Amino acid sequence: MNVWKNSAMDKMGQLSLIVVVGVIIAGLSAPVLAPHDPLAVQMSLRYAEPSWEYLLGNDQLGRCILSRLLYGIRPSVLAVLVVLLLSVLIGAILGFLAGYFRGKTDTWIMRICDVVLSFPGYVMTLAMVGILGVGLENILIAFVLTKWAWFARVIRTSVLQYTEMDYIQFARTTGMGHGAIIRRHLIPVTFADIAVTASSSVGSMILQISGFSFLGLGIQAPQAEWGMMLNEAREVMFTRPEMMLPPAIAIVIVVSAFHFLADSLQVALDPRLRQSGLQPDRLPDQQEVAVRL
Amino acid sequence: MGMYIIRRMLLAVPLLWAISLLTFILINLSPMDPAVVVLQAQGVPSITDELIERTQQQLGLDQPFLVRYLNWMLDCLQLDFGNSYITGQSVWALIGPAFLNTLRLTLVSAVSIIAVSVLLGVLCALQAGRVLDKSVRTLAFILTAIPSYGLAALLVWYFSVRLDLLPTSGMDSYRSYILPVLIITISYAGLYFRNVRSSMLSNMNKDYVLYGRASGLPERVITMHILRNSLQVAISIFCMAIPIILGSTVVVENVFAWPGLGSLSIRAILSRDFPVIQAYVLILAVSFVIFNAISDMINAAMNPKLRNGL
Repeated sequence: MNVWKNSAMDKMGQLSLIVVVGVIIAGLSAPVLAPHDPLAVQMSLRYAEPSWEYLLGNDQLGRCILSRLLYGIRPSVLAVLVVLLLSVLIGAILGFLAGYFRGKTDTWIMRICDVVLSFPGYVMTLAMVGILGVGLENILIAFVLTKWAWFARVIRTSVLQYTEMDYIQFARTTGMGHGAIIRRHLIPVTFADIAVTASSSVGSMILQISGFSFLGLGIQAPQAEWGMMLNEAREVMFTRPEMMLPPAIAIVIVVSAFHFLADSLQVALDPRLRQSGLQPDRLPDQQEVAVRL
Repeated sequence: MGMYIIRRMLLAVPLLWAISLLTFILINLSPMDPAVVVLQAQGVPSITDELIERTQQQLGLDQPFLVRYLNWMLDCLQLDFGNSYITGQSVWALIGPAFLNTLRLTLVSAVSIIAVSVLLGVLCALQAGRVLDKSVRTLAFILTAIPSYGLAALLVWYFSVRLDLLPTSGMDSYRSYILPVLIITISYAGLYFRNVRSSMLSNMNKDYVLYGRASGLPERVITMHILRNSLQVAISIFCMAIPIILGSTVVVENVFAWPGLGSLSIRAILSRDFPVIQAYVLILAVSFVIFNAISDMINAAMNPKLRNGL
């Protein structure tokens, strides 16, 4: 499956991939790239205009906005990716167990999923933060605890399609072990679904986590985070509305890039969509909808 | 259909029970001792072990877990959620009015979301691939990538500060609704209209449309048939959307200082007011389950095939 070659048809997808990879690298190497210390307060430079030394200007405490944006990638984007990876992993393990072994295992896992999904994700996260206390780690824990059920369900559905197929039955009759069947015959075919589902929820997760920071429940000052930068900018909204632009634009660019990437991944991985030349119309899944605000 | 409704309602009962248990367990997992929270809220200067023990007794925290759970559940069934640790008011007196305020905002927004997304979805499907369709979808794409709080701040700055047309916060007149409803509508309609559009499109390719056209039905009648079939998806999504919006107006309420559940819950979380958090989670989860059941019932009423599914 040559994903790169297929997505070569889609210029937008390539561009998004470059943006996403670029942002991840920038986040990882923030200490090298950032021109200044993101926490260094310089009251003489409050609200300074962009200059050669401070490319995006300075904020209400005279901190370098560019450096804060770069460091902000870590909680705003990288942490989200880690959460996604963890919840997909848990969801995949349980989804494969349920979809492949069926029977009682399936019933139990799906019942638990039902209960978890019957809590609106947003409320669940608020509840967890309320109990464990304010902080980014607690939000991330809450996200993993609420998101896995969604992935488990999607992955189970995807696995179910294949477990009854002849080639799997054949593999079973030849005495191939369960583990080997899952590894050799199921993971490769379901991988596309997993990748599409996972990539399509990154955007909304980034929005949500920054939203919690915006509410003051996530990362705490003086650490840099995009949602919190927006919240700080909101306080001076009446006098300096332009302060909201850098974090807002950063969020919009990253979230759009992930959205486009998800769409072109879907086209690249689904031959039917590619042949028909149809624009994919990614249906907002329940979980994604759950989390818009 | 009657049987279906009964079966669907019975199915909700164990779920509701599981939710109540989970909510109770969650609160009990907290690393903070509720007695300490209460004493701190009362401004007690020195918190001694003896004092903590006495408060625990007052709050009934010394009883075994199951007894506390049963008492709590029986109280909840009578809408008695206990007293706030911080203000000492009854939780219901706090949450009741806030719930109504949020419900008002939610219902107005839901109506607006339905109107906008059906309108845009149908228009885009009829114009699929043309300029209108493409521009609406691009616009929606960008708008849904903007964090709602950023959008809210932007609109407040423009309409309330620059133009001085609308109030920045509060819930005084119908004009207070305009901005919050607009923000919620943009966030959700930008997603939902795509569902309406794609379900319209997939229906347009069905055989019944071809037969209708072949037998010379006027386009208008065919469109009505397509609409009827594709709005089913829309209805189930909208029913789901109501509890979702109910639970996620937190950000909008926060920006506009709306005296609703969202603002209340944030305050409760920041001050660790466990009874309020508990009641908030329980109320939202229960309304989630109820609306879920209602949406299933509406769907079953519209599509007899689904009735045998249970």
